[in-house]
Amino acid sequence: MGIYLKLIWAYIKIGIFGFGGGYAMLSLVEKSVVGPGWITETMFTDIVAISQMTPGPIGINSATYIGYVAPGSVNPAFASPLWGLLGSVLATLAVTVPSFLLVLYSAHFIRRHNESGVIKAIFSGLRPVVVGLIASAAIMLMNSANFNPYNIDWQLWVNIAICAISFCLAYFPIRIGKKKIRLHPILIIVAAGITGFLIYG
Amino acid sequence: MTTTIQNNNSYRRLFATFFKIGAFTFGGGWAMISIIEREIVDKYHWIEKDDFLDLLAIAQSLPGILAVNIATAIGDKLRGGRGSVIAALGTILPSFLIILAIAIFLTPDMIKNNHIISSIFMGIRPAVVALIIAPVITSAKAAKIGWKTVWIPFVVALMISIDLGFVSNPIVYIVLGGLGGFLFWWLPSRRLKKK
Repeated sequence: MGIYLKLIWAYIKIGIFGFGGGYAMLSLVEKSVVGPGWITETMFTDIVAISQMTPGPIGINSATYIGYVAPGSVNPAFASPLWGLLGSVLATLAVTVPSFLLVLYSAHFIRRHNESGVIKAIFSGLRPVVVGLIASAAIMLMNSANFNPYNIDWQLWVNIAICAISFCLAYFPIRIGKKKIRLHPILIIVAAGITGFLIYG
Repeated sequence: MTTTIQNNNSYRRLFATFFKIGAFTFGGGWAMISIIEREIVDKYHWIEKDDFLDLLAIAQSLPGILAVNIATAIGDKLRGGRGSVIAALGTILPSFLIILAIAIFLTPDMIKNNHIISSIFMGIRPAVVALIIAPVITSAKAAKIGWKTVWIPFVVALMISIDLGFVSNPIVYIVLGGLGGFLFWWLPSRRLKKK
């Protein structure tokens, strides 16, 4: 049963220290779930991809999926849908309940300190950290498991090209007539998936 | 603060509204906030725009998942404790159910061993990395980083990614960042006021 307690504790921490939105949470999630070996690095990347393609916040998506998978991967006795379901319910609750309680019980406190400017000051310090947190998630995912799993040179170059082109599509708006449109992440993931199928399939 | 609460915000309607928002918003966070505003303020007139912005300020100041925070705050304002549970559950449930279904059918073994699925994911993984690099740049621009703070993201990213136990724990830098903000922005501003 230890894995369930560890899962709850990991996601409570993610819920309490998850400042700066989904992407900023990623490095915290990665450290908490890949570090102890609950899931592999590639699996973590796949979960981020699945989160991008399904509705809802990435924090919940990752808690639900990892909560389902982790018990079975740590102890084969828990490798059944019911034990998985228990894990995903617990992890999802663990990541949401702390901030749920904070919203209910600290609204008054936050309102008072919003006026005094102390919260603004704290976030002035947090904002540069959040940039670093997102960057660390990106750096940690730039690994051989994601870019060169079979140690084949041409595959590495293909994957670097997919990454570079995807970045350009995600970052630079495309001009259609007079409108500037930024491609939705889902379209980029679908295109990369088709490319992967055509090249590696 | 006065609120013109209309009497169409039954528990069931509250749950259905947030369930719909949770089910059809891809990308969480700010994508969700604008849709919540449209539904709650513009369409149903459950709360006024000023109150919405007040609740948003609170939801943003607290850790956790922004969409759940704002749903909790709105549910609480409209219907108290029970309303907050219903609104939060409505927001969480769609993604929970969808991911649960995916987790049951798309197991890690399947991604690894099914040739077609594994080749698709091999193409997707480098793109996911790109999708995380893009917000690094957009958040750096939004953070208005100056000469005094430009080193912070570099040090944080380096320390976390070298993977050395305690010094690589993201929580350390979140706490330091908040503390630093308090010491270097809040205390000097107070001293100025006293003068």
